[in-house]
Order: sequence, then structure tokens, then C-alpha cells
Amino acid sequence: MYQIAKEKLPELFRKITRTRELYLPAETCGQVNYAPWSEDAKVDLDTLKTVKSAKDAFFPQSENLYTCYREGKKISITPQVLKEQQFVVFGMKACDLRGVEVLDKVFLADPVDTFYAARREHGTIVAMACQEPEDSCFCKAFGIDCADPQADVAVWMAGEVLYWKAESKKGEALTDLVKDLLTEEKDGEDKVRAEQVRIRRAAESLPYMQLSLEGWGGDVLEEKFNSLLWEKLYRPCLACGTCTFVCPTCQCYDIKDYDTGHGIQRYRCWDSCMYSDFTMMAHGNNRNSQMQRFRQRFMHKLVYFPANNDGMFSCTGCGRCVEKCPQSLNIVKVIKAFAAQGGKTNE
Amino acid sequence: MQELIRRAKELLADGTVVRVLGWKAGDMPWNPEPAFFETEDELEEFVYDGFCGANLSKMMIEASKLDGKTLVCLKPCDTYSFNQLLSEHRVDRDKAYIVGVGCKGKLDIEKVRSMGIRGIRKVEGASPENAADTLKFETASGERTCAYADAMLCRCHVCKGKEHQIYDELIGESKDTKDRERFAEVEQIEAMSPQERFSYFQSELSKCIRCNACRNVCPACSCRRCVFDSNKFDSAQKANVDSFEEKMFHVIRAFHVAGRCTDCGECSRVCPQGIPLHLFNRKFIKDIDELYGTYQAGEAVVERSPLTSYTFEDAESGIVAERG
Amino acid sequence: MSIERSEEFRPKIVAFCCNWCSYAGADLAGSSRLSYPAEVKIIRVPCSCRVNPMFILRAFEKGADGVILCGCHPGDCHYTSGNFYARRRMTLLFSMLDYLGVENGRTRVEWVSAAEGVKFSATMNEFVEKIYSLGKNVRLGDIRCRN
Repeated sequence: MYQIAKEKLPELFRKITRTRELYLPAETCGQVNYAPWSEDAKVDLDTLKTVKSAKDAFFPQSENLYTCYREGKKISITPQVLKEQQFVVFGMKACDLRGVEVLDKVFLADPVDTFYAARREHGTIVAMACQEPEDSCFCKAFGIDCADPQADVAVWMAGEVLYWKAESKKGEALTDLVKDLLTEEKDGEDKVRAEQVRIRRAAESLPYMQLSLEGWGGDVLEEKFNSLLWEKLYRPCLACGTCTFVCPTCQCYDIKDYDTGHGIQRYRCWDSCMYSDFTMMAHGNNRNSQMQRFRQRFMHKLVYFPANNDGMFSCTGCGRCVEKCPQSLNIVKVIKAFAAQGGKTNE
Repeated sequence: MQELIRRAKELLADGTVVRVLGWKAGDMPWNPEPAFFETEDELEEFVYDGFCGANLSKMMIEASKLDGKTLVCLKPCDTYSFNQLLSEHRVDRDKAYIVGVGCKGKLDIEKVRSMGIRGIRKVEGASPENAADTLKFETASGERTCAYADAMLCRCHVCKGKEHQIYDELIGESKDTKDRERFAEVEQIEAMSPQERFSYFQSELSKCIRCNACRNVCPACSCRRCVFDSNKFDSAQKANVDSFEEKMFHVIRAFHVAGRCTDCGECSRVCPQGIPLHLFNRKFIKDIDELYGTYQAGEAVVERSPLTSYTFEDAESGIVAERG
Repeated sequence: MSIERSEEFRPKIVAFCCNWCSYAGADLAGSSRLSYPAEVKIIRVPCSCRVNPMFILRAFEKGADGVILCGCHPGDCHYTSGNFYARRRMTLLFSMLDYLGVENGRTRVEWVSAAEGVKFSATMNEFVEKIYSLGKNVRLGDIRCRN
């Protein structure tokens, strides 16, 4: 266990960026999002939730796949270079880590997504325990311990001191890189344990943490799919993509061509099941009503995904959609509505 | 609120309306959601307080296609949007029973959160009947307070007034919450140098995640199919691809609603990244006011808006450069 | 033919010309042997009010350095009122672009009748000069469209 004073963090970041790229929560125009570190970046490690999740670091909202360039009758095709530079994502929370686990199941399964795999290979995650879990958090429902993030390096911010613990080979390599800025701390384990107790106690008292997922899973497809409740639940949905774009696990994407005037830029970008052209095919669309699209999102997270991944839900309880939905709809309300209908009490 | 529920039940019972469009209590004091109610029992969940900021007039487009009348609760500023939709024949007046609800400014939970008030269990002073100057929050860490005005949505600071522009009956009192000049922000930006303006919008728009919430919530964006959803159009509607994409989207969106935008402020309310999108719309409104005469969309049901009318003497576009 | 890539700045200018007046004006300029710069690419439109604000932004996005819209003089529109609508739209759009920090000299509206070949050529010469002085359009261009 190592430690570093909070005020020395800029030095740590500077050191890391000498050999690697570094992404961390920083403020732009009042909003905190993951951004590349620079000397004048307004780093913000206190804000619990970035607006977008850290998903961008491994699966960016849009990325080029290849470029065609036309010169007269000659066409040249240049594939996009895969990520080769080592990079560090600093400050990811336990829920975001689960998000990466979910993405791994999708993109690292056969056929492997080379773009994603390259980013995973070159990325080192420094995860941070949540200092103040918030009202909208319900990670505990998915068995996530926000006080004990499992990543390459885990850090705990206790007052003015940051405790640092390498948890993997990659994490040890990063630790070696910045070792001269860290100091050994013998009592570190105890201090961290005390901090963990405090965090867990804070989390316990939150209103959503006791949410029960009873009745959800891979084996309730027919029952949930055919429920009449969806017709009521979807009504206020605006069909915007806020929930899907702030989500750490939503992984659907679309591939498009952009005409540059001298060729084609083929890129992929996040898609949202809330959009009318989601999975549009030559014959039209599978889901032609907003109710069906709304249902898709929750069925995917709570039924389809666990059905194909040994019961793992593709929601992490980060609560971003809870905070950001313009109409105050969210997965918690959906789960509660089904629970109430099922006659079970789980609050 | 009780009066509203009582009246809604009465109108449901006597068959005047077959459904009520209002807000349903959420599982937290700050997250009520727009909802349709069809029975008296369902109305038990009806709520109306400071957190009911959503403008329900756009939902009347769908409700106009249903059988029977819908009772819709509209705040003073929402009635402008309803009038505008009427002008554009997007809603059916005969299908709506408009209850003008009182409004004393709507609250922004993000602002409350940013004041460090978290773990909210109960809120006092947020409902229009007992709206107080100070909001009291019962939180996990004890009682917290803040000034009502500090927690208001930014649109309420430039309130258009407490008068409903269209209604069948009124329930509850309203208050004009205006305490800022409507065009002050726009003027501030106009006073910057072109480079400063460019950097300002560049950094604000760089946050855009293209979720389309601003478009989907906008009562003026009522096209059946949006140009940005066309697959023939290669400016992606789904993702921000580079800095230009957002500019294109937001400028064109603001232009498409120019002269029809009532300045209801929903776009800025819903933006997950807190982009002040109203600055685009308000710039168009300011220009229209200056060049073609003061105009407030939705004040009345009109035949022609400023961009669908003209005069021979209109200013030439060179005026933009001349004004400097 | 191969694409020449010279370092020297040669602006691309898009001129939307209405079919009834300005396009004929351009034609007259040609048949009168008046010259106007080759940087100007004319796009014929049925009426100046056919030009949607998106056309202007798209032109800039795809690499134009200046965009000019030419139509019939106010009152002379072939469809009686198209150019009046276009005038309001363009005024508001240009004002918005100015507000966003885009140099306001890059956009222009000019009324050119079928008889004004001289005006057409003079306008284009002047506009191209202006764009040369403003330099390359970097604020509205899409980086993907650069060579």
C-alpha cells in the first residue's frame, strides 16, 4: 500500500503523461466528463458521477474504421490504426468497472472487436472508491461494492491523502512508473479499511441501494416481454438517447459512411434503442412503436443479457439515467413497477 | 393540488374528459413524471409541485389522435406552446380541456444538487399553494434550506408572465418570477469579439452527446420525421463526430423553430450536459424583434409567423455586417 | 485528371443563383465577355427561396470558403414573393453565424437581374477579393473534408 498527498496529484499526472495518455474527470463549462489531462485541465475528482461514463475510453462515441480516398480513377483504402499508445484512465468507480466487464463480454467474445481489444490491451485503469455515494446509486443491487473497486490500481481518497494499491501486473507497472512520487504506508491497510467501513455505511442508508432484482433474469423472457405494464411505463418517454448515451454498459452501435467530397470516411457511432431507426433493415424496423423500443432497453439489461451471460445483468446501478432522464423515467422505476405488480414488497 | 385532483375527478366522472394529462408522483420528491390518468383511482398518484417543470403541450399531439377529450394541465408558459401548436394545426382544440394551473416558478434539481443538498427525503415549500421564499429540504444529513429563486430553472428567471394565454378554466395562483432581462445573456455574447464567441460556443457545444433530448422535448419540433433522422442525410443524427456536427445540428434546429419558438426553455432544461441551448433560440427572437417588429410566438393563434411573412421594406442581409 | 494540391490558397466559392434572374445574369456576363473569377462555382436553384439554411452550412462544411446567394430584385421574383422569404431567412442565418463567431464577410446576398451581367461580374470579383482577404474557412469546415 502506498500513499500520496492530494496536493501532489498534479505532479503524479504530469509524470504519467510523460509516457502515457491520461484520461480523468475534468470540468468543461460546468459539466464533469472524462477528458485527456493537460496542465490547464480542471481536474475534478470530487464529483462522484461524470455525465458520460468512462465507456468512451474503450469504446468512444464515434470512431473511424477506415478511410477511402479517391484520386481520379484510383481509390486508396487506409484502415484506421489501432490504439498503440499506452494510456491510463484515472478515477473510474466500481460501477464503471462493472460496465467495462459487461463490454468485455460483448466485444472480447468471438468475433473479437479489434478496436476495443486494442484499447483494453493498452489501457490501465486506476479505480477510485466512491467518497460519497449518492441518492441515485444502486450498485449494491448488482453486488457491487463501491468501497472496494477491483481494477489495475485501486485508490482511496481519505481526506487529503490518496491511498494507492496495485492489483494487477499492469497496475504494478504503473506503480513502478510513478514510484518516486509515492510513499510506502504501513498503516495504509487499516486506514483504507476504516474508510471502507465509512463508505459502506453511507451507502447502506441510500434509498435505492436495497433495490431487489427478484423476478428478473434470463429465464423470465415470455412473462416480462408480454407484460401489459410496458404500455403504461413508456408513455412519457421522449425517445431521446440520454439514458443510452450516459450508460456505462449500452454497447449498440451503428456503422455509417461520411462523404468527404474526395472519398468516404467509414465510422461507427453509438446507437440508441430509443431511436426510430435503431436496427433499421431493408424491410423496415423490427420495433415500430416507442413502447417496443422502450421495452427493448430494459429487457436487454435485465433479461436478454443475463440469459446469454450466466445471469450477469447489464446494468451496474450507476444511476446516471436516474439523474439525467428529462422525463424522470428510469430503470429503478421500471423495476419497482414490476415488483409492485407482482405483489412482492421489496423496498 | 387537492383542488386540481377534485376537479379532475369531477370532469372524469361527468364524462367531459376521458383522461387527464398531468404529473405522477415519482419515488423521490424531486422526480415526478408526466402521465396520463384514466380513472379516479389512478388520480391518487397525481402530483403538482415545483418539480413538475415538463411542458405537457407537446404530448397533446398524441392525445389529439385519441378518442375523447383530454384534460391537460398547462402552466402559463406552456399555454404559449399550445397556441403555437394550434396555429400549426398539430393539436386539436376540441380534443383538449385546458386547465390553466398556477405556477410560481419551477425548480431545477440539478441546481439543488449543485448547492450540495443531497439525500433529499422531503421538500417543503415547493408546491404552488404554499410556495415559500425558502425551500426546506429534509435530507439524510439533517435539514437544509435554500432560496426558492436560487433553485429555479433558468427560464423562470425570465418568466413571460403569470397570464395563461389559452384555457378552459384556471386553478391555482401564479406569480411572475422574472428577475432578469430576457436578452441580457444574448447581449453579453454579442459584446464579445468573434474569436471569443467562437470559443464560447465551441466549448459549450463540444459537450453535446447528440442525445436529441432538446429536439424531442421541443414543442416547436413537431415534424413527423426530422431531417436529422433521414438516412439520406450524411450528417449523423446519432453521434457527435467532430466539432462541426453539433454546430450544424443546433444551428439548423434553432433555425427550424425560429419565429415559432415560444422560448419555453425546455431545451435547456432537458440537456444532460447543461448546454444553454436557449441562447440560440433567444438570439433569433431578439433579431426578429429588432428587424421585423416585436413578436411573441404563441401569444395568440396566428396565420403567419415572422418567417412566413415579409414586407417590401425588410432589411437587407448586409445589415448583419453593418451592425458590426 | 488528377487533383492538384497546391499550397497556395485558392478559395472555393459557391454561388446559388436563381433560375430566372441571376443565372441569366451570369449567362449575360458570359455572353458579354465579362470575366468573373474561376473560384466561383454556380449552383442553379429554381428560386432564391429554394435555398435552405442547411445548403449554406453544408457548403461551408464541405469546404467552401464563401457562399453567395443571388436572386431577383425584391418585387421582381418570378414567383412573386420567394425572394422576400429568402431575404428574411438569410438575414437571420447570417446574423446567427456572426453570433457564433464566423466572419460575416463569408456570406452575402445580392440581387442580380437577367439584364445585369455587369453587376454579376462586378459582384463576384468583389466577393472573391473579400474571401481572399479573409483567408481559409476554418471555423465552419468539417475536418474530414480537408485533403
